Amino acid sequence: MRLRVNGKEYTAEGVEEATPLLWVLRDNLGLVGTKYGCGIGACGACTVHLNGQAVRSCLIPVASAADQAIITIEGLAPSDEALHPLQRAWIDQDVAQCGYCQGGQLMTAAALLAKNPDPSDADIDQALSGNLCRCGTYLRIRKAVRLAAAELRKGPRS
Amino acid sequence: MSASLHSEFLADRELRELILAAEERDARSSGLLGVSRRSFLKLAGVAGGGLVLAFSLEPRAAFGSAEESARTATEFAPNAFLRVSPDGSILIYSKGPEIGQGVKTSFAMIVAEELDADWSRVRVEQARIDPAVYGRQSAGGSRSIPASWDQLRRAGAAARSMLVAAAAKEWGVSESECRTGKSRVLHAGSERELGYGELANRAAALPLPDESRLKLKDRKDYVLLGTRVTGVDNHALVTGKPLFGIDQVVSGMLYAVFEKCAAVGGKVVEANLDEVKTLPGVKDAFVIEGNGNVSEVMPGVAIVATSTWAALSARRKLRVRWDESRASTDSWKQSVERAAEVASQAPAATVSRRGDVDRAFQTAAKTVEGFYSYPFVAHAPMEPQNTTASYKDGRIEVWAPTQTPDRALTVLASLLGLHASRVTIHQTRAGGGFGRRLINDVVCEAALISKRVGAPVKLQWTREDDMQHDFYRVGGFHALKGAVDASGKLTAWHDHFITFSADSKDPVAGGDIDANEFPALLTESFRLGQTLLPLATPCGPWRAPRSNGIAFAVQSFLHELATAANRDHLEFLLELMGEPRWLQPGNTFALHTGRAANVIRRAAAEAGWGKPLPKGRGRGLAFHFSHAGHFAEVAEVSVDTKKKLAVHRVTVAGDIGPIVNLSGAENQCQGAVIDGLSTMLGLEMDIEQGRLSPHNFDRYPMLRLAHAPEVDVHFIQSDFGPTGVGEPALPPLAPAVCNAIFAAAGERLRTLPLTRAGYTI
Repeated sequence: MRLRVNGKEYTAEGVEEATPLLWVLRDNLGLVGTKYGCGIGACGACTVHLNGQAVRSCLIPVASAADQAIITIEGLAPSDEALHPLQRAWIDQDVAQCGYCQGGQLMTAAALLAKNPDPSDADIDQALSGNLCRCGTYLRIRKAVRLAAAELRKGPRS
Repeated sequence: MSASLHSEFLADRELRELILAAEERDARSSGLLGVSRRSFLKLAGVAGGGLVLAFSLEPRAAFGSAEESARTATEFAPNAFLRVSPDGSILIYSKGPEIGQGVKTSFAMIVAEELDADWSRVRVEQARIDPAVYGRQSAGGSRSIPASWDQLRRAGAAARSMLVAAAAKEWGVSESECRTGKSRVLHAGSERELGYGELANRAAALPLPDESRLKLKDRKDYVLLGTRVTGVDNHALVTGKPLFGIDQVVSGMLYAVFEKCAAVGGKVVEANLDEVKTLPGVKDAFVIEGNGNVSEVMPGVAIVATSTWAALSARRKLRVRWDESRASTDSWKQSVERAAEVASQAPAATVSRRGDVDRAFQTAAKTVEGFYSYPFVAHAPMEPQNTTASYKDGRIEVWAPTQTPDRALTVLASLLGLHASRVTIHQTRAGGGFGRRLINDVVCEAALISKRVGAPVKLQWTREDDMQHDFYRVGGFHALKGAVDASGKLTAWHDHFITFSADSKDPVAGGDIDANEFPALLTESFRLGQTLLPLATPCGPWRAPRSNGIAFAVQSFLHELATAANRDHLEFLLELMGEPRWLQPGNTFALHTGRAANVIRRAAAEAGWGKPLPKGRGRGLAFHFSHAGHFAEVAEVSVDTKKKLAVHRVTVAGDIGPIVNLSGAENQCQGAVIDGLSTMLGLEMDIEQGRLSPHNFDRYPMLRLAHAPEVDVHFIQSDFGPTGVGEPALPPLAPAVCNAIFAAAGERLRTLPLTRAGYTI
């Protein structure tokens, strides 16, 4: 099975078609930034982009993602040096506590900003309420999304 | 075996070399270093040069026996290192687990402050796990900072002093003419300056400073401490680097799952192992009898496969017949009924008493009674329990997101019958702790499974496993009675605490109550009685153990008494505190009434206490002291006619002494408030026939972003010693919100979670 992840082509050998994308990313491709939290799409820790949409990779059979554009947290930044504005805001606002859910939070937020560059607080609340944070970093997540949105609207950094 | 060696683990080797170097110097016992035997500092030589100071954190004397105290007083056992390299970089080792409490960042900040280091050149590494060298290596009890504060500061100050001495010598000037900043020494008269990197080798050749003359900074001179510093692992976290237990990969690794009886204590009678072994990807399936110790290994069936999904898929076809003749038959419903019965009876035992409580009630102007209860809750950390283990040739190596790697080491040695030197623990970052990972059950299971299959395995619990096999926050009941006199002053307090016991002698972990629990030492007449109900369900420490339930009952009931006396709750609490004093003289980890009054006043002032609010909206105040932290919180809520609750804002005031990392401390408090709110609103684990439910997040409604209130955090930065902040902001939240609901809607809530009374958010 062929997978296109973060702009790279992968071949997943001997993977059963019904295997959730989450476990193929983690066990077969070694992309462990996508996290297992609940396995039923209730926590958002496994969020990735499938053709630009934020999806729960624990619920996506890998066969249905074959040959489509998959982006994981490892591929959110254009390069190691140039982080996505959301990642910079997450660092600067010191959002994380344990940090386990934050990859999923970032992927959900990135999908939101790609569609809606100027989200209201209600838009942010709605988009991100599928992502649990057990440490309770929600206030900083909200603030970081707002800051990143403002930066994105200003255009690329010189 | 080649593990996927992340930078964290590469540091182990480097640190081992540092320690060996330090010990070698010690063995030579050269007078060269001029170190007194009671010194806590030592110079260490290391390849690559630079200034390397070895020092001791948390002398074991504080926790060990008298014999150990005597030994550590005369022996120097370095367990921490600070290195200023010739290239100017500064390396500091963090010895305990990072579980989201931010210790890896705050430890290094304390050193860097006294060192006057350029923070951008400071690197922090996780130390290897070796309690023989490091002493306590665990995360819990909000104790990391208070235990290490002085030593970290002195180590930084000593290194700074040596760098200054090296510069002064170089320039032929007096040390007193030199100052430091951003990893540089500057000479005021000549405007000359040298970087720490340039000075490191020269400083290392100088004698250690006289520790008694080390001058530590005044709090007003801090440039780093008390500021907002972002976490040292932030970049790795936001780019998805493999930091966590679940991310570990070992060459040749197989994937395991483990099914245990839903009712604790059940044993395997038979399972369709032959069928399971034929399923795709399955390498083996077998019964593990366990050792009957619930914190180690209970009976179950292990399935080992070539991928996580293969193991999980096979588990769906697994059929186990359990012998539940000795398994738990606990029932929360029956416990609630039983508690209601015994509440009105005399307690089975007296925990503490002061004064003549009966007489105080007879002569009181008013008495109030209230029966409070709170349920079992799960830890539910975001990272489900897991461990990667490799048993080979009489050695065990594990990669674990544990809170107690030091205990994992001894437990594994004992479980496997190995000498401790044949056990290696790699500490990974943990995706949340909250007390769950103080117990190493999953570590033990992984070790036994690896031994049985003869290959490295990653044992992965599902969320359902994690919810059903937790060490729960125990539920509890308080039958409270209090009295006020004609002036509205609290005169008597009676608490019949109904809790649980596994052995009918002592309460379960987290289910005990301190004889001096608030307001014992502030009331003339006080009686604390206790009755134990039987329980087989495993319980354990959950963020702010004891206080997380007790505060709800005690601090809500104080508001009931203030209300009955027609007193303002703020004024009532301040009167209760009385004159500023330590409540247990000589114990600076006990409550100080002046600090308590200050945080109560501050929270009230910041929240606009007393200002009018529209109908349906109310404020509630609560104080609680736990884990050496003084915290007061004011919640502002509104409640509509259908009991829809909105928590608009929570104002937190805390005194934990000087703040190390303002960003981290504030984050912990905001998180504690959200955790407390989440738990009080809708979380409960039901128990029926020994089985705990719910099993996953779809029915365990943890708070979502849309319902997170604004949380304003204010610290009173006192000059008392610093104490931890992982826990003490949680307990006041539930009573503050319940007191606010009473103010807004007139309903007194004595049972958690609030969904029981029909509240929604």
